[in-house]
Amino acid sequence: MSGPALRLAVELDGDGAHPAAWRRAAHAPDHLLTPRRLSRVAAAAENAGFTLITLEDGTLPPGATPDVVGRIGAVERAAFLAASTSVIGIAPVVPLTYAEPFHVSAQLASLDHISVGRAGWVVSEETRPEAARLWGRRLVDGAAARARESRDGIEVVRALWDSWEDDAVIRSVATSRYLDRERLHYVDFTGDTYAVKGPAIVPRPPQGQLVVLGRPDLVPAGHLDVGLVAGRDLAALEAAAAAAGTPRTFAEVEVALDTPDATAEERLADLERHAPWGDGGRLRHVGSAAGLAALLERLRGVVDGVRLHPLVVDEDLNVLSGLVLPHLFERRHAVRPLPGSSLRTQLGLERPANRYAAQRTQTTPATPIREETR
Amino acid sequence: MTRTDPLDVPRPDAQLHLGVFFQGVNHWTIWSDQASGSQIDPASYRRVAQRAERGLFDAFFLGEGLRLREVDGRIHDLDIAGRPDAITQLAALAAVTERIGLVSTSNTTFNEPADLARRLSGLDLLSEGRAGWNVVTTDNAWTGANFRRGGYLDHADRYRRAEEFLTVARAIWDGWDDRAVSASSGAPAWAAPGGVRQVRHQGTQFDVNLVPTLPRSAQGHPVIFQAGDSGEGRDFAARNADVIFSAHGNDFDDALTFADDLRRRLRAVGRPDDDLRILPGTEIIIGATEEEALEKKRWIRLQQVTPATALGIAGLLWGLDLSDRDADGPLPEEDPVVAENDGSFGARRVADPRAVVAEWREKAQAHGWSLRETVIALGPQRGHVGTPAGLADKFAHYVRHGAVDGFNITPYLIPDGLDDIVDLLVPALQERGVYRTEYTGTTLRDHLGLREPLTHRSTTCRRQAG
Ligand SMILES: Cc1cc2nc3c(=O)[nH]c(=O)nc-3n(C[C@H](O)[C@H](O)[C@H](O)COP(=O)(O)O)c2cc1C
Repeated sequence: MSGPALRLAVELDGDGAHPAAWRRAAHAPDHLLTPRRLSRVAAAAENAGFTLITLEDGTLPPGATPDVVGRIGAVERAAFLAASTSVIGIAPVVPLTYAEPFHVSAQLASLDHISVGRAGWVVSEETRPEAARLWGRRLVDGAAARARESRDGIEVVRALWDSWEDDAVIRSVATSRYLDRERLHYVDFTGDTYAVKGPAIVPRPPQGQLVVLGRPDLVPAGHLDVGLVAGRDLAALEAAAAAAGTPRTFAEVEVALDTPDATAEERLADLERHAPWGDGGRLRHVGSAAGLAALLERLRGVVDGVRLHPLVVDEDLNVLSGLVLPHLFERRHAVRPLPGSSLRTQLGLERPANRYAAQRTQTTPATPIREETR
Repeated sequence: MTRTDPLDVPRPDAQLHLGVFFQGVNHWTIWSDQASGSQIDPASYRRVAQRAERGLFDAFFLGEGLRLREVDGRIHDLDIAGRPDAITQLAALAAVTERIGLVSTSNTTFNEPADLARRLSGLDLLSEGRAGWNVVTTDNAWTGANFRRGGYLDHADRYRRAEEFLTVARAIWDGWDDRAVSASSGAPAWAAPGGVRQVRHQGTQFDVNLVPTLPRSAQGHPVIFQAGDSGEGRDFAARNADVIFSAHGNDFDDALTFADDLRRRLRAVGRPDDDLRILPGTEIIIGATEEEALEKKRWIRLQQVTPATALGIAGLLWGLDLSDRDADGPLPEEDPVVAENDGSFGARRVADPRAVVAEWREKAQAHGWSLRETVIALGPQRGHVGTPAGLADKFAHYVRHGAVDGFNITPYLIPDGLDDIVDLLVPALQERGVYRTEYTGTTLRDHLGLREPLTHRSTTCRRQAG
């Protein structure tokens, strides 16, 4: 199989994709949540040539009680990393099952401003019933209800990103007007369970709309820029990619690689003594760097990119950056991101026009204001 | 201000604390000048925060407003608007600063405690103990239209919810033991068994049950700020806050009255009366001479209070739409409308507009002021004007007499508005011994000289305070 060069994403939550990954990490548990460790890992991914980092999240701690593992919110981590990297895209995972879409929209738009157009968003769901008790809300029960919250939430978030036209800040000294209110829009969203007025408090993000990633089987394809597709084997993956209906598709690939110290099988067996690596229905490569490179080469033409889930970040990222990515780049089977371009540009996605720009109404004169600063 | 004999000074060793308030929605940040930068560009935030850090400030501070301002149902277009989400912006600043505190204004009405507590903890860990939370209670129904909950909470309920919110947040922050996370990869579990506790809370506002996600930070948990001025707001601060962000810092007597009132409230709840830092918001205008400073102030006021803004401020006072009047002409002849505050945004907050208008008329006549000049002279007064030496003497007097613990400075220009303060005022304060010459701690709690978090103290103190 051949096709255009792949874009490479890597999921970097915690110490790796395996629930016991922390046992093989290059640091003790009490260093996991330090800013130094976070920026070191992101710098390694950026230098390796990945196009995108994703950061898994959820409001409950990963790992079942009593064996919890700490996790800083993905948006906060993403913002911190946006300010400590310069080229790589950054996409936090944010579920909409219980969160306030207005807050989510503002946080993600801010991330795009902070990263100067390098932000994405992986839409996900809170499936554990305990999440409802954490939020103090009634359980959003069942797949259909969760899908409804995701669908409505994305619609609100995207509408809010458009609620400021690109040139809404006019700074017109002649008329004393900072804003052109005709370029600001109420979104007036009414969904099944709530309504949101708008406009946003954050000006339109640099990319217009962030790159939205998600599973096409959970989120309406029309809301996604990148479908994250999975399959246990190539045939299943191909079918999922063909059915996705999204502008771009990324294959989910779990990887455990041979390192100078141990084979992939040995490393995996070591961790499996403590906890099983759950089967998420994804392609999984356990073996050599060359084998992974060959697998990824075969995915060209099937998908536009891959998202790698390393078994243990500290171990597998080294092998990815030392052996796998250089091999792919040399053969032009994958490309590095270009400095100075947005994540959309890296993925060959156009900057979307503003949905409200065409619907402007008449201008009206200024009126009084309230005496308070915030 | 004259120097006082040290023996007469109640707090001879007091130190001034400075914060910088990068304002969101406001008309006091001049946007029309050539030197005025973007209000949303990350470079503006970085520049202000790094400058403040060079000036050894305690904190960088962001406000919050969750709906664009409106007047009569239309978006208000004269002022700066458009801001990043505070915690997200501050998490980015954590990466490019080392010592300065990072304070987020986040309201308790349109957030949920577990979510907000977690976001604030994340900021606290990413900054290694430099986070602060300014607890506010949004006071209008109108903001609710952007949230699932919708609707409106009345004044009493807002503070009831705020208090319970804080109780839940603290329980979450205290849910992990100090050394719960293993220091060795060979440990049997990531977090020590029993070191992480389930948090259950069932109250009138919240019913939650969860396992907290994060360990404590270098300062325990974020420093609690409070902004609110009513008796209830002050009592809330006395019971809960480490810092109060007040609006009483422009006049010595007013500031001292406010500070004495708070100290009384602190004692009443069993807290030491030096347990709360008072940091009023203020603007500082500096000139090489008094005359130059006053000249600069005149220029700044004219930029801030444009004819349209003057008509807007006067319109609020009169309760009338004055936007078609001449700001450079005389005051409106009509009597002000005395209307009920209907709670909607844009409503007036003037107790007795007739009395205020009568005073404005009298003064305007006596000085021959236009409407705009009257608004500038008699509208909300802001801050301090003077030479570095004069201001340093004045601030030393304020802090040594317990009127304030410092100021939260609102620069009138972004991003360079702190330059004068850092280059000229800070050295003058240092000469007088009222300002640090280096950071001695690493956390915001250290900078502010605070005791440990309220919930970590002895139970007797807590019980009295509760
Ligand atoms: C100095 C100061 C700053 C404030 N900043 C904010 C803010 O940024 N966002 C907000 O929603 N409310 C802000 N508030 C409003 C308060 O949280 C509160 O809702 C309001 O003052 C009414 O409460 P009170 O009657 O106790 O004063 C501020 C209040 C003060 C005094």
